[in-house]
Amino acid sequence: MPHEKLTRMANQIATFFATQPGTDQAERVAMHLNDFWGPEMRAELKAQAAEDDSDLSPLVKEAIPLI
Amino acid sequence: MKDFIIPWDDDRDMGTKAVQGAPVTLTVDGFEVTVPEGTSVMRAASEIGMQIPKLCASDNLEAFGSCRLCVVEIEGRRGTPASCTTPVAEGMVVRTQSSKVKKIRKGVMELYISDHPLDCLTCAANGDCELQDMAGAVGLRDVRYEAPEDGSLINHFEQRQGDQPNPEWIAKDDSNPYFTYDPSKCIVCNRCVRACEEVQGTFALTIEGRGFDSRVSAGGPANDFLTSDCVSCGACVQACPTATLQEKSVIELGTPERSVVTTCAYCGVGCSFKAELNGDELVRMTPYKHGEANRGHSCVKGRFAWGYANHQDRIMNPMIRDSIDEPWKEVSWDEAMTFTANRMRGLQEKYGRKSIGVITSSRCTNEETYLVQKLARGVFMNNNTDTCARVCHSPTGYGLGQTFGTSAGTQNFDSVEHVDVAVIIGANPTDAHPVFASRLKKRVRAGAKLIVVDPRKTDVVRSAHIEAAHHLPLRPGTNVAVVTALAHVIVTEKIYDEDFIRERCDWDEFQDYAAFVSDPRHSPEMTEVLTGVPAEELRKAARLYAQGGNGAIYYGLGVTEHSQGSTTVMGIANLAMMTGNIGREGVGVNPLRGQNNVQGSCDMGSFPHELPGYRHVKGDEVRALFESKWNVKIDPEPGLRIPNMLDAAVSGSFKGLYCQGEDILQSDPDTHHVQAGLAAMECVIVHDLFLNETANYAHVFLPGSTFLEKDGTFTNAERRINRVREVMKPKNGYADWEVTQLLAQAMGADWNYSHPSEIMDEIAETTPGFANVNYEMLDARGSVQWPCNDAAPDGSPIMHIDGFVRGKGRFINTEYVATDERTGPRFPLLLTTGRILSQYNVGAQTRRTENSIWHSEDVLEIHPHDAEVRGIKEGDWIKLASRAGETALRATLTDKVVPGVVYTTFHHPDTQANVITTDFSDWATNCPEYKVTAVQVGLSNGPTEWQREYNEQAARSRRIQTAAE
Ligand code: SF4
Ligand code: SF4
Ligand code: SF4
Ligand code: FES
Repeated sequence: MPHEKLTRMANQIATFFATQPGTDQAERVAMHLNDFWGPEMRAELKAQAAEDDSDLSPLVKEAIPLI
Repeated sequence: MKDFIIPWDDDRDMGTKAVQGAPVTLTVDGFEVTVPEGTSVMRAASEIGMQIPKLCASDNLEAFGSCRLCVVEIEGRRGTPASCTTPVAEGMVVRTQSSKVKKIRKGVMELYISDHPLDCLTCAANGDCELQDMAGAVGLRDVRYEAPEDGSLINHFEQRQGDQPNPEWIAKDDSNPYFTYDPSKCIVCNRCVRACEEVQGTFALTIEGRGFDSRVSAGGPANDFLTSDCVSCGACVQACPTATLQEKSVIELGTPERSVVTTCAYCGVGCSFKAELNGDELVRMTPYKHGEANRGHSCVKGRFAWGYANHQDRIMNPMIRDSIDEPWKEVSWDEAMTFTANRMRGLQEKYGRKSIGVITSSRCTNEETYLVQKLARGVFMNNNTDTCARVCHSPTGYGLGQTFGTSAGTQNFDSVEHVDVAVIIGANPTDAHPVFASRLKKRVRAGAKLIVVDPRKTDVVRSAHIEAAHHLPLRPGTNVAVVTALAHVIVTEKIYDEDFIRERCDWDEFQDYAAFVSDPRHSPEMTEVLTGVPAEELRKAARLYAQGGNGAIYYGLGVTEHSQGSTTVMGIANLAMMTGNIGREGVGVNPLRGQNNVQGSCDMGSFPHELPGYRHVKGDEVRALFESKWNVKIDPEPGLRIPNMLDAAVSGSFKGLYCQGEDILQSDPDTHHVQAGLAAMECVIVHDLFLNETANYAHVFLPGSTFLEKDGTFTNAERRINRVREVMKPKNGYADWEVTQLLAQAMGADWNYSHPSEIMDEIAETTPGFANVNYEMLDARGSVQWPCNDAAPDGSPIMHIDGFVRGKGRFINTEYVATDERTGPRFPLLLTTGRILSQYNVGAQTRRTENSIWHSEDVLEIHPHDAEVRGIKEGDWIKLASRAGETALRATLTDKVVPGVVYTTFHHPDTQANVITTDFSDWATNCPEYKVTAVQVGLSNGPTEWQREYNEQAARSRRIQTAAE
């Protein structure tokens, strides 16, 4: 999948959870990714992040180790 | 009178409506009967099997009292009152057959018959005519009036009288493709006019003139049925006691002799019908009066648009080909299955277990959908299953799941009869859910208030005898801002239902939410610049919803098909919870589902992360349940969703797809991307009635069966499980569930279902919400709304009555985030898409019926102002372009859309509106953002290069090798 599409989708998820109260937003982003993205897509996101995570929102970065 | 059982046909016409009231006891011809107060004498008599002759009365209409055929004598009252308009009274003594009333009835019939052509033997209604029946019932033996030769006694039915043309004679109107109006047979009973008003709510018909001159008329003198406001629902045709309004199919094929009750396969209303046939030839579809979704009404699609089942384009034999450049080759079922199984297994060997997948259909039955996802999970051994609900209501599933604990809509359709304030958000019920719209409009005419949140001035905003109290014409893409602003008003003005929140939700959580939503950035005044909705109007709407009594929200794809679709759904749930509008009749959150079985296909585990009954595949217990049943190991990781499958295909890891009853190439967004994905696959199996657009890229075509040709169940938008019955044998040889089973067997699975009822039994065993559902019970009850189990043996018309499914209702912050799809200098307009009444979704069925007379092409609605600056006039060819692609279609100028917004439908492959739509999608579910695309519109001189190429490719791809080649 194109890099930017994956980034955009992950960031969209983070944008939602960022507006929720509490301190566990990163966990909830990770949980959402684990529940709805297949393992291949998650792996792809991780690989991309390892290479260059400059376009990822901070919350996604925080969530990456949890997926 | 319980001991008095007559084997009557239980859908006979009782004459007047059932009412509720205290019991009243009377006698009719000496027999005692107890009925609710307010019941008519006619209905009371009918209750004990006494059918008083009648012509102008019908039990789906208000009594009218014009024909005087139903007169009776009542002890202690003068004269002979009409039994249809006379309410019962305690101790009343009614006589239905005195010599006095018999004489009156004969006189009435004699008058009717004297002005009626007596061509009964060749009349289309012969044997199905109430006038005929009544002449028989009153014992009419001769007619004393006869027209004198000189024409001094004029009638309506002779074209010429003597040697003069008869000025009273009016020619037959056969402009409507499905029924005719023959004024010479009209008895002016007014039933059609009342049906159009009371049942359908369109007010297309009137009676013109008075006395002998009165005639039924559709619109003004220049109108015929086709050009009038008539929406061809057929309610008037059904109401007509004579052959005046008559189905063309009956005229052509004769009156039907048998009938089977089944369910419409078009929209999520799920109307029950009687399919009426001679042998296995379908003659007509009549809405079934005991259908609990539709209560005897229907729309043009369900009643009339079934001609596609016999259309010449329908493919009856399996076909295969090695590559999509080749013509199709017809083969036997055996050969097709072997070919397919080898290819799919081959792909898995070469590219891995996860390289193939399925798309289940929201058009097919629950049983068929269940089998298709089982094929993925139990035979392909992966979770690559998705359904077209992905592209419509997946955000409903997520949003309501998060807030209430279940994705289920909360009400039944009957609930609308108790609504005080109906809020319609992003839905166009008169076009997309017509029968629900009729029921809603009826309630609005009775005094309920209406709030419409929609970029367009849809027909519910203003139509005959209906006017919305508030229309909030928001800019496409700003739903969350509007819904949150509504909440802001309710919270800051403290008009929420504190008791309800304290009892049913978490009060502390509500405090957090209230703090969030009270921030001035959510106020209507602040959001007005984004949304375009006048703040004062929004405030009034919020107050009305919160304080106007029972408030019910009905929403459609205008809510879900956005990048913030799931967020809007949560916002809607918040509104319902804070106002206490959940858990009883007349309130609730009601997703209006698009296709007939969207609800069912979601229930049946079509999504890649969920097994049947909405249970995540990561759950060990659920997996174990299915593993022991199916004897396989189930993958604990979610599979690919449709957009992911296409992405994976383009990047080379997804190679084979079994697509049942869906046309993703036409229905899914960003056609170029779908095309590329399909073209990259090595085995695309299309299982459908027609060579649809997706089939242009298919290697295997498996012919499908229509809903008339199989047994099964559909689950409608109110969670109602309705039976679909095999009305005739499959013309292609196999019902769709059998085809899936053949494929599974060819791939080595040990599946041996011999009837869909066995599949339902397996569903019931594995899915708690369906635990008590089986065919026997559905046949006995008609239908049931899930959950239906030991806790709710009669099903669940209304959800969350004593508490939310998840325990406490949860308030979730809904922050508006602008979509990435923005207008700019290149693409300054916003395109939003939708549907119209006569066509259905991708149109594969309806385009193959006479319905095309109402909509033969997709057109672009544009505001006159936007048109003028571009030099566009009514009917001009225009080019519609977005960053995804461009297409050409004709323009129509209308103020239904506001300046800056344009609108079109996507029923026709020639237009392919989805070339324009982008790959943006809902953040939670990847439901595509169909409803907002930045576009530019300009004059053009015809179809684009791409449209021409597309059509050429399609034509090439559809070639079928004939035996001679
Ligand atoms: S078909 Fe329906 S809309 Fe048309 S005139 Fe008859 S009742 Fe009215
Ligand atoms: S068209 Fe039929 S229903 Fe209408 S007034 Fe005439 S006879 Fe009655
Ligand atoms: S299309 Fe919908 S409203 Fe029309 S008859 Fe079928 S189920 Fe009913
Ligand atoms: S049926 Fe009662 S007056 Fe016509």
